[in-house]
Amino acid sequence: MENLNVYAPRLIPKEEAFAPGHRACIGCGEVLAVRLATKAMGKNVVVVNATGCMEIIASQIPNTSWNVPWIHTLFENTAAVASGVESGLKAMMRKGRIPQEEINVAAIAGDGATLDIGLQALSGAMERGHKFLYICFDNEAYMNTGVQRSSSTPFGATTTTSPSGKQSQGQFSWKKDMPAIAVAHNIPYVATACPSYPFDMMDKVKKAMNVQGPSYIQIFSVCPTGWRCAGDLTVRLGRLAVETGVFPLYEVENGKYKMSMDVPKLKPLTDYTKLQGRFRHLTPETLSQIEAKVVEKYNEIKAKANGEVCA
Amino acid sequence: MTKRVGMEVSIAVAEMVKMADVDVVAVYPITPQTHIVEHLAELVADGELDAEYIPVESEHSAMSACLGSSAAGARTFTATASQGLELMHEVLYVASGMRLPIVMTVANRALSAPLSIWGDHSDVMAVRDTGWIQIFNENGQDVIDNTICAFRIAEHRDVLLPVMVHMDGFHLSHVIEPMFFPEEAQVKAFIPPNNYPLPLHPSKPVAMGDFAPPFIYTEARWAQEENLRKSKETILAVWDAFAKEFGRQYKPVESYRTEGAKTLLFTMGSFSETAMTAIDKLRDEGLNVGLVRLRLWRPFPFEELREAVKGAETLIVLDRALSTGGPGGPVCSEIRSALYNENPRPKIVSFVGGLGGRDITIAGFEEIVKRGMALAVKGSGKEFEIFGVRE
Repeated sequence: MENLNVYAPRLIPKEEAFAPGHRACIGCGEVLAVRLATKAMGKNVVVVNATGCMEIIASQIPNTSWNVPWIHTLFENTAAVASGVESGLKAMMRKGRIPQEEINVAAIAGDGATLDIGLQALSGAMERGHKFLYICFDNEAYMNTGVQRSSSTPFGATTTTSPSGKQSQGQFSWKKDMPAIAVAHNIPYVATACPSYPFDMMDKVKKAMNVQGPSYIQIFSVCPTGWRCAGDLTVRLGRLAVETGVFPLYEVENGKYKMSMDVPKLKPLTDYTKLQGRFRHLTPETLSQIEAKVVEKYNEIKAKANGEVCA
Repeated sequence: MTKRVGMEVSIAVAEMVKMADVDVVAVYPITPQTHIVEHLAELVADGELDAEYIPVESEHSAMSACLGSSAAGARTFTATASQGLELMHEVLYVASGMRLPIVMTVANRALSAPLSIWGDHSDVMAVRDTGWIQIFNENGQDVIDNTICAFRIAEHRDVLLPVMVHMDGFHLSHVIEPMFFPEEAQVKAFIPPNNYPLPLHPSKPVAMGDFAPPFIYTEARWAQEENLRKSKETILAVWDAFAKEFGRQYKPVESYRTEGAKTLLFTMGSFSETAMTAIDKLRDEGLNVGLVRLRLWRPFPFEELREAVKGAETLIVLDRALSTGGPGGPVCSEIRSALYNENPRPKIVSFVGGLGGRDITIAGFEEIVKRGMALAVKGSGKEFEIFGVRE
């Protein structure tokens, strides 16, 4: 077990589905997640990409980072496009027009494309039960357009459309609980993950690909540009988000919650917030208000995992 | 080989889609298109059509699912109308820009507000520039014939563009008409298997829908423009092949009793049939009039139009849509600009009527022609005339 850290990386495929040379910012947590997640997906996959950072940094004509079949169309329709790809392949295989084989469909989108503008299309696709994996790379704002708030932006964070000021503390609403919305669709697999815990994240992607039906993973993706933090803090901030309870890692298999990593004693919230410019304006009072909410949410999920409350 | 059947046109469209053996149908209900997708659902439920039927949660997702399935190489169909077509709006551009051969029936209907479920061409005019091939139809036979042709046109290697088959809401979608039905085998032979050149498949990864910086965007748009213009050759070839196989010939611009006519009435869609009867009556009265109908709306048939109006002194164009605050009838504006540099060029009078399901009777068309002829002589001082309005 001591040598696992040395051995485990060798289990990761060397081949890159998402090639280097793209235009992501230094320290981009999302691109790290995409690279590892696509390695976990394997080669028999079609990726459907929403408009956003990942599309813009990796697909400028005539270049592409994608070594697997990839399609981008619009911002809000990714789950619908994925349902079309899945249905098209299924019908053609059934009718003998293409060889019968396992081809997975993975939709990837940011938090704006998922929690806001694309929520309806995602809800529809999950409810219809298409066999596909939807990954939301959650960097907690509209980063591609210049750090505007989304419904995934945490309370108090300053963004360009939720700026802090004399009359404002920044983001005025609490982060939307998207995994719970996914769970409410009675889909077989929902999980949260973070590339700071790469093996856990990749295991979840593999698991999600193998369920019969829709699966949803929300991957916490640190954005140094939007969060105003140093680019070398990406992995650390991801860990701190988990250790402070800001972004708990868990799975929900067929409605059953399971903590992926229990944190017996949560670290103080400020360990996480003090490294980021987006929280710098917050008063100690507001920070403790946020911390109370973080702990409350964390315990809520933990209680579900412990079977103390009905999921 | 063909048999004559009496059937509601919407049901007949669904039967043609079945004969075309589509792989994916992604649909959302909206009046007056619903009977098409209801019947398709029945055909799938009864195992008569082997297709994935995706009952999506909006028209935006209907067209988006079509993008996905078409990009995977599946033969793909949907239908919509009115608000549904407008909700699809941005997705329509993607379908044509990405060269996806989707076929869609549009049961043309007015737009809100005020809400109207009845027919006119407001919805079509709003999606005029989306890069789709658009075909208008006068009766049920036209609709089913062009539904068959649409698949062959869209999926043709030289075209690879989406096609809208227009039929007027209620006036066509909900009427029971006698139609010559082809045999399923005939249709299957007429439409070769969809062989999309670079589908999404792990055996040969492709990237579709990349983003284009300024150095390449103009070229991408120009390629699309050239391709849409050039598609007319294939459309004509498919219509000729259809005539050979099924005996009915379609043309981009069709004329009725135009020989020697000094005045031409111009219509699109189901009103053309009533207009023909009006032309017969006016001819009986000794008036030198004829009718021209535009079948191919996109790509716009400039040459055929110029040819069709040669020798005419007056054109009276009836639009079933209004370009609000603009030149009046959108079809008329295009005809005006297409003929502006002609010498000699006819006088053009624009009428707007038949909005939101308002009927225009035979007498109405006679009135339009007579008023149009008078206005051409004395001029009206207005951009357009609105027909039948209570002021």
